[in-house]
Amino acid sequence: MYRDKYFFLLPGLVVLIAIIIFPLLFTIRVSFSSWDVFQPGLDYIGGRNFARVFEDTRFWESLLRLSVLSVSSVLLQYVIGFALALAVWREIRFRRFFRVLFLVPMMTTPVVMSVIWRTIFHESLGPANDILQAIGLGTVPWLSTGTAAFISVLIVEVWQWTPFMFLLLLAGLVSLPREPYLAAAIDGAGPIRTFLQVTFPLMAPITIGAIIIRLIEASKIMETVYVMTSGGPGTATETSSYYIYIRGLRDFQIGYSAALSLTYLVIMIISLTIIAKVLARMLLPREG
Amino acid sequence: MRTVYLAIKYLALLLWSSFIVFPFLWALSTSFKDANAITSGATYIPWLQFKPSSQGWASLFSDGSTGINIVDPYINSAVVTISASLIAITLGTLAAYGLSRFEFRAGFIKNNDITFFFISQRIMPPIVLAIPFFLMLKTLGLLDTVYGLILVYVALLLPIAVWVMIDFFGNIPKELDELAMIDGCRPIGAFFRVILPNSTPGLVVAGMFCLIFGWNDFFFAFTLTFTKVQLLPVAIVSLNSSVTPWWSLSAFALISVAPLVLIAFLVENFLSKGSLAGAIR
Repeated sequence: MYRDKYFFLLPGLVVLIAIIIFPLLFTIRVSFSSWDVFQPGLDYIGGRNFARVFEDTRFWESLLRLSVLSVSSVLLQYVIGFALALAVWREIRFRRFFRVLFLVPMMTTPVVMSVIWRTIFHESLGPANDILQAIGLGTVPWLSTGTAAFISVLIVEVWQWTPFMFLLLLAGLVSLPREPYLAAAIDGAGPIRTFLQVTFPLMAPITIGAIIIRLIEASKIMETVYVMTSGGPGTATETSSYYIYIRGLRDFQIGYSAALSLTYLVIMIISLTIIAKVLARMLLPREG
Repeated sequence: MRTVYLAIKYLALLLWSSFIVFPFLWALSTSFKDANAITSGATYIPWLQFKPSSQGWASLFSDGSTGINIVDPYINSAVVTISASLIAITLGTLAAYGLSRFEFRAGFIKNNDITFFFISQRIMPPIVLAIPFFLMLKTLGLLDTVYGLILVYVALLLPIAVWVMIDFFGNIPKELDELAMIDGCRPIGAFFRVILPNSTPGLVVAGMFCLIFGWNDFFFAFTLTFTKVQLLPVAIVSLNSSVTPWWSLSAFALISVAPLVLIAFLVENFLSKGSLAGAIR
């Protein structure tokens, strides 16, 4: 009768393995071939593609750019998202209105909103410069200089994804137990001490989970970049995914892009594991 | 002191609210502009600052060479997202229930490893999968079809469904299943008669997340379909790269993000009742 358990697990597992394992194995195999637009086919050239990856400064620069972009955007999202969640956690006026509003951006399609943001950052016709001028700050060449384009992408990422952080943290706050707060109130702790000694430690596991989830999603950034800047100007906003996309699906260097993908995937998994461990050590109380 | 604190708090909330609302208001205002209103610089308020025109919205609903076809992408997006979500939730719920109630073992692989395998698929960057998916669908003859996209989206959404449902079932006491099984149900019977009817909150949350991530995906639709099938995000981005006027683009963008905004109300509802906490964590 406990054969029944396979009825539950197997359908999903088989489908996922079928859809995921083949592409992964295929990518590994292709990464050892010279498959490109001139010679499509699975020859074997050993580790030559990987040797090329190590010398490809454009790839490593894109990875550095991605790290800066994803870490800074996730930190901003965390700080803002936590502040917003705390603000609408307890009874305040228009609480439900704010909560709904703060969730809205994560429901919208990133590429579609990027199309809108591109018109907002338009240098002569867009409102971003218009508003800056109105408050006397002068204009910014949003999408045509490297730093400004990077900041534009960062702004859009924060707009789009702070709501997700807000949602995870608010769901956590809502589920916190009441007793520690009563104890803190009896001790006469003020709001800042209550936050530092009760709320923040209780939220630590949720904080870690939320930051890791967001880092995973942020590490895939490429759609915003594709629509807003196409990686430019030059390569100023080119992230790893976008660079691999250019090599693979625009230049059709299938073999080389597979090697890039695998290198990228391995680096991603290792660094996320390390970040998770470090966060856990920093925020969770030692056991035993 | 307290009033100052409150004033700062509400000011901050208002500031963030305007930042969130701004792109929507800008798009709404732009969608009623014509060429004159656009090229004379940034303006915001119709009648006062520019003369409103309905050509942006008209271009979405007129056929012929000047019109933009929004009906087909809309239907395609809906069909792909809804079917993939239903399949992913069905498979994901079964798998999550299995993993939360029974012990599986294959060599050194145990329940936790299988769970991790499901959820870790979210780490996979889409670009890694795009080329193999392309060749796989080409071999199956599913390139540029709705079925091919559904297949790919199931893989995309399954981890989300499993993630939400495992947590949800973890919070349903096992005694409930055991009671049903004492009554003579086999596990399958217990699941369908007792557990499933009590799982609506979890299923709704899983469904919302699947709809959000399915409807909003761009990359796979972009790389795996070309001319026959077009999903909404791809349709809009392809307009973005051509010389499409801002007014049509804005109207199209607004109409494509509108349905999912309703989900925000649903999520808030769950949040206020406190039942989201068990389902996402």
